[in-house]
Amino acid sequence: MRVRVEALYTRAGLGDLSEKVERGERLTYADGLRLYRTPDLTAVGALANRIRQRMNGDATYYVRNLHINYTNICNKLCKFCSFYAPPGDPRGYVLSPEDIVARLDGYRDQVIREIHMVAGINPKLPYQYYVDILRAVHAARPEAQIKAFTMIELAQIARAAKKPLRDVLEDLRRAGLACVPGGGAEVFSDRVHEELFRAKLDNEGWFDVAREVHRAGLKSNATMLYGHIETVEEKVKHLLHIRDLQDETKGFQCFVPLAFDPARTELTHIPVTTGQQNLREIAIARLLLDNFPHIKAFWIMITPQVAQLALWYGADDLDGTVNHYEITHALGTTSHRQALSHEDLLGLITEAGRVPVERDALYNVIAGQSAVSRQPSAVGPMNLKIVSARC
Amino acid sequence: MSGNGAAPLKGIEAKVLAGERLSRDDGQALFRVTDLPWVAFLADTVRRRKHPEPEVTYVIGRIINYTNVCWVKCSFCAFYRLPGHHEGYVLSREEIFEKVQELVDHGGTEVLFQGGLNPALKIDYYEDSFRAIRARFPVHIHGLSPAELIYLAKISRLSLRDTLLRLQAAGLGSIPGGGAEILVDDVRQAISPLKDTAAEWLDCIRTAHQVGLPSSATMMFGSVETAAQRVEHLLRLRALQDETGGFTAFVAWNFQPDGTELNGKRASAFDYLRTVAVARLMLDNFDNIQASWLTQGPKVAQIALHYGVNDLGSTIFEERVVSAGGAKFMASHEEMEQVIRDAGFVPRVRSTRYEILR
Repeated sequence: MRVRVEALYTRAGLGDLSEKVERGERLTYADGLRLYRTPDLTAVGALANRIRQRMNGDATYYVRNLHINYTNICNKLCKFCSFYAPPGDPRGYVLSPEDIVARLDGYRDQVIREIHMVAGINPKLPYQYYVDILRAVHAARPEAQIKAFTMIELAQIARAAKKPLRDVLEDLRRAGLACVPGGGAEVFSDRVHEELFRAKLDNEGWFDVAREVHRAGLKSNATMLYGHIETVEEKVKHLLHIRDLQDETKGFQCFVPLAFDPARTELTHIPVTTGQQNLREIAIARLLLDNFPHIKAFWIMITPQVAQLALWYGADDLDGTVNHYEITHALGTTSHRQALSHEDLLGLITEAGRVPVERDALYNVIAGQSAVSRQPSAVGPMNLKIVSARC
Repeated sequence: MSGNGAAPLKGIEAKVLAGERLSRDDGQALFRVTDLPWVAFLADTVRRRKHPEPEVTYVIGRIINYTNVCWVKCSFCAFYRLPGHHEGYVLSREEIFEKVQELVDHGGTEVLFQGGLNPALKIDYYEDSFRAIRARFPVHIHGLSPAELIYLAKISRLSLRDTLLRLQAAGLGSIPGGGAEILVDDVRQAISPLKDTAAEWLDCIRTAHQVGLPSSATMMFGSVETAAQRVEHLLRLRALQDETGGFTAFVAWNFQPDGTELNGKRASAFDYLRTVAVARLMLDNFDNIQASWLTQGPKVAQIALHYGVNDLGSTIFEERVVSAGGAKFMASHEEMEQVIRDAGFVPRVRSTRYEILR
């Protein structure tokens, strides 16, 4: 049993929210705004931690994975991105299926259970290319599950296919697609969309694709990019919008708050997100997204240090070994390290007093790691089973 | 969770809320707690009692590592060069003035004067340097940790008290309590066998406090020590503070393994936050707990403000000792203010003696 300190919540003016959390009651838009505006981070984090304990106990999920960014050519010109090269730019690249297989070959001695594949919106790539890279990856590493294509990429792939998205998803699934990462959600606000990523799929478009993905029986994640020009109100709306879709489809596995990294973007005047912001986003996501089984602390964007602390602020997933990641660089003014060893990941989790649980892309627990004590779930919307449906 | 038995922790919680002193057993129990929000709550409760205003202080200062020549060969140090080594240096008077000028240009007030144990530098070097700096610049000299002072007294054939009095007369204003590492001789024997003993370190600080030179206190954790030894360290500092009242602040940093003989792992952010929180709880007679921006970086240093920390230490222009072991976080005045504000506090610039300047 953990020590509970009611004084912590009353001191922060969150006594009523503590009671709501205790009763398993759903938090409202107004509650979300209050959580963002409460200066006492410990109170917000501790509240989130109570839900984390109830849903996931001490279990902390991680995956031995690998990222592949198959092209950096992109016609969306988002202001917050330092990864893309516009069409025609000499820095542009496209990895052929053979290139990708060669890249995978470099990891042939490592256990890889998830291959995370996302990239730019490259209008030159034909439909067959996407099917081919899935087949090539699946043939090269059949034991690894492929998590690929953000909602934006899926919209582009359907455009290239000139087929309904439903049929496209069926093709992709047959070629080896196991689930969808859910990036590119940014912040669902027309204002921010217009300002930062106007060429990209609009907000309703993201939801339409996500809904189709879930209807097709594919699980996805959802994300939110924060730390740029968004407002607190926009963030709460974003979270509640995603919560509504989850009520409808039950198709989301995990929510991932993504910290904006201004380095080398058009927005370098914006300061790097602080540790306090990183932890607060994790905590509020855990509190508002009561129907999401998992909240991820993506260490690449918030540093392994803050990701470790996040395990006490609502997060129950650390992503994984990653190995190779090009979209942003690991944060911190100095570190460009883009991989964590399996041992380091385990160390971060156990040293924080949590229990590491190795998972695959679909949150199936890898055998031999079943000694996870899960605390009994409470009533209400927290009472979720860990989703482990196979596609 | 094992080790988190609620009954003894409820006892600790009651003591903290009542403002009672914690025992050795309490300290050891706290180092076994994994419930981070609870530890944060308790440490923050003490911090709010000591500092009711939601303010975080820092000092505009810079380190001057005047020499890297040192014969002590601490296994955790990547900075030193033995006497005679071609990479050894001693800064010239002009180089020192240049650095102090840069500090003053940035509105700074504190010079942290620290280096290796260099057998070529006797007391006149320090007296002359301090007098020269003080004659030109309105700065506070915070300098010479106990290891340097003990060695300086020895090679200058002076008592420690006379050494301190002469340096004070030359312009020394306070002492950084560095080199405390862990004030347990088994640990010191393992990591820095040639350095002063725990008793020597404490005697030196006691003498400094007696002659009117305040000091900070430090702890370097995460090398080879046990949790019980960390608690012992805190208890020894607390006892000396009861005696002299001369400690201004406590700062903990974790051992930086790169390039050292010890190698090993770097203590995690979790360990760091729990350690500063336990320090805040155990050191009930210390007014101030500092974060270690240099070793933890801005993100974790900021989060530490919720774990009992009320001061971010000094701005960092350059630093060579800890940086040699892999810590590389610089800290500008602007970034410190942003980090403090973002955490919901009001930034305040202080003097070395913790008077609010602005």
